[in-house]
Amino acid sequence: MANKRIDEPTGVETVGHEWDGIEELNNPLPRWWVWTTYLTIIFAIGYMIVYPAIPLLHSGTEGLWGWSSRGQLAAELKAANEAKGETLAAIAAAPIETIAPGSDLYNKAVAGGKAAFRQNCVQCHGAGAAGNPGYPSLKDDDWLWGGNVQEIETTIAHGIRSPDDAATRSSLMPSFGRDGILAPAQVNDVASYVLSLSGKAPNDAAAQSGAAIFTANCAVCHGNDAKGSRAFGAPNLTDAVWLYGGSHDKVVASVTNAHAGVMPAWGAKLDPVTIKMLALYVHSLGGGEDFVEAPTTPAAESGNAQP
Amino acid sequence: MTSETAKEPWGRHKKLERNIALLGAFAFVAVIIGGIVEIAPLFWIDNTIEKVEGMRPYTPLEQAGRDIYVREGCYVCHSQMIRPFRDEQERYGHYSLAAESMYDHPFQWGSKRTGPDLARVGGRYSDEWHVQHLADPRAVVPESVMPTYAFLKNNDLDQGDMGAELTALSRVGVPYSKDDIAKANADLKSQADPNADNADLLARYPKAQVRDFDGNPAKLSEMDALVAYLQVLGTMVDVNSAAAQEELAKQEKGR
Repeated sequence: MANKRIDEPTGVETVGHEWDGIEELNNPLPRWWVWTTYLTIIFAIGYMIVYPAIPLLHSGTEGLWGWSSRGQLAAELKAANEAKGETLAAIAAAPIETIAPGSDLYNKAVAGGKAAFRQNCVQCHGAGAAGNPGYPSLKDDDWLWGGNVQEIETTIAHGIRSPDDAATRSSLMPSFGRDGILAPAQVNDVASYVLSLSGKAPNDAAAQSGAAIFTANCAVCHGNDAKGSRAFGAPNLTDAVWLYGGSHDKVVASVTNAHAGVMPAWGAKLDPVTIKMLALYVHSLGGGEDFVEAPTTPAAESGNAQP
Repeated sequence: MTSETAKEPWGRHKKLERNIALLGAFAFVAVIIGGIVEIAPLFWIDNTIEKVEGMRPYTPLEQAGRDIYVREGCYVCHSQMIRPFRDEQERYGHYSLAAESMYDHPFQWGSKRTGPDLARVGGRYSDEWHVQHLADPRAVVPESVMPTYAFLKNNDLDQGDMGAELTALSRVGVPYSKDDIAKANADLKSQADPNADNADLLARYPKAQVRDFDGNPAKLSEMDALVAYLQVLGTMVDVNSAAAQEELAKQEKGR
């Protein structure tokens, strides 16, 4: 370039071009900057050798350190499990009904169950386990399928009407109105009768005519006294707890189009110890029933959940 | 001038910088080299997609639900990719495998989560929960900021010719058989009809869930399709089975 010259005040050569009298000094790059650039290049070469980087014919290079994101995850999970290992093994080994409330193991299991509950259960049963319409409260002592630890564990492992579990708890209330089993007037009467049982409706003529309809159609599952049956998950109709609403309209709607709430089976998604901890946590919420060794309880039922 | 610049160490580079056509050509070459090194190997190296058992193309009803998922922009808030981190694995389940989205066109991986990841949401909730939650998210999750999608229940499922859609998908590599394509419109209806004979559908789409999804057996709504899609997400591959784990461990190196 033609216009290169030494700039007098600084003594530095210019690069040679000029725009409207503005010229550029040809100062060298700062040394630290140049060396940083060289260091990053050296680092990159080292990185490519140590970590998986270069694609070849059948696979990429594995790197000197043999690092993999999945391997790192496996190591982290292993470390976490080892930290909890003793407790988890103790919980796994103890039959659920023998973990005594107040014991150290029980407290740990309930804490673990609480964490798992927040993770997996709150979406339906609510953050405080108080339930939502259609999803029962787990804090009261109104249990549809049984409220001792073993029964709760079975419910969690196999779900309720869960389509992908053969051992799921299952029952089906007929849609008396929709399928024409009862006429609308009969549905109305039986709703009046049901509500009269808990004092929510007067025991009038409608309720009395509903009583006969109840005995003929509903008592087989809900019982002659309408106190429900856990064999069918049939709710107690004489108390103040209403899963799908306790107004006359809502009861009529439930009899007309029956509900069949679904709870997913968690046996395939959570490990047996987590399910056990969840059962203990749910049981601890306030409404849990004492475990009594029932002569009819087959060992296989709980055995499924804790191999 | 030419002879003068050639003597300078970066003289030729100056020439390149001043010639737009030359600069464009060289930039293109640089991009091609980068593409060959970074993208092309994914087409042949073995551990790009793990070989896993259980993957099948979506049924027409699931695919229709997927179209609604895309149409409503669910991917704006929900990703479908569980990364191999401990926190994600403990919250959402086993990390996603590349094979699990190999029939997704377009994929729904995503990099932003306002809502939770949905890669393994299938089977975690009941159909009724999904219907309630889509119609009014606050009814079941009080702190939710999700918009309501109540209209899905009222809209008839009108996806046009599903056979044409399956044909298009098969052209980009989804292995639909001729039988699948011919019966696509019938499959769409019968999967949501528990009274239909679905033996043939189940033979062609193993483990497909056949039932009324939206709580209204009389109507085939967009809700049916979307819930059918949500309920199948992440359920095709049994990632937790021992065989799957062993297979993954073998292919674990170099990624």
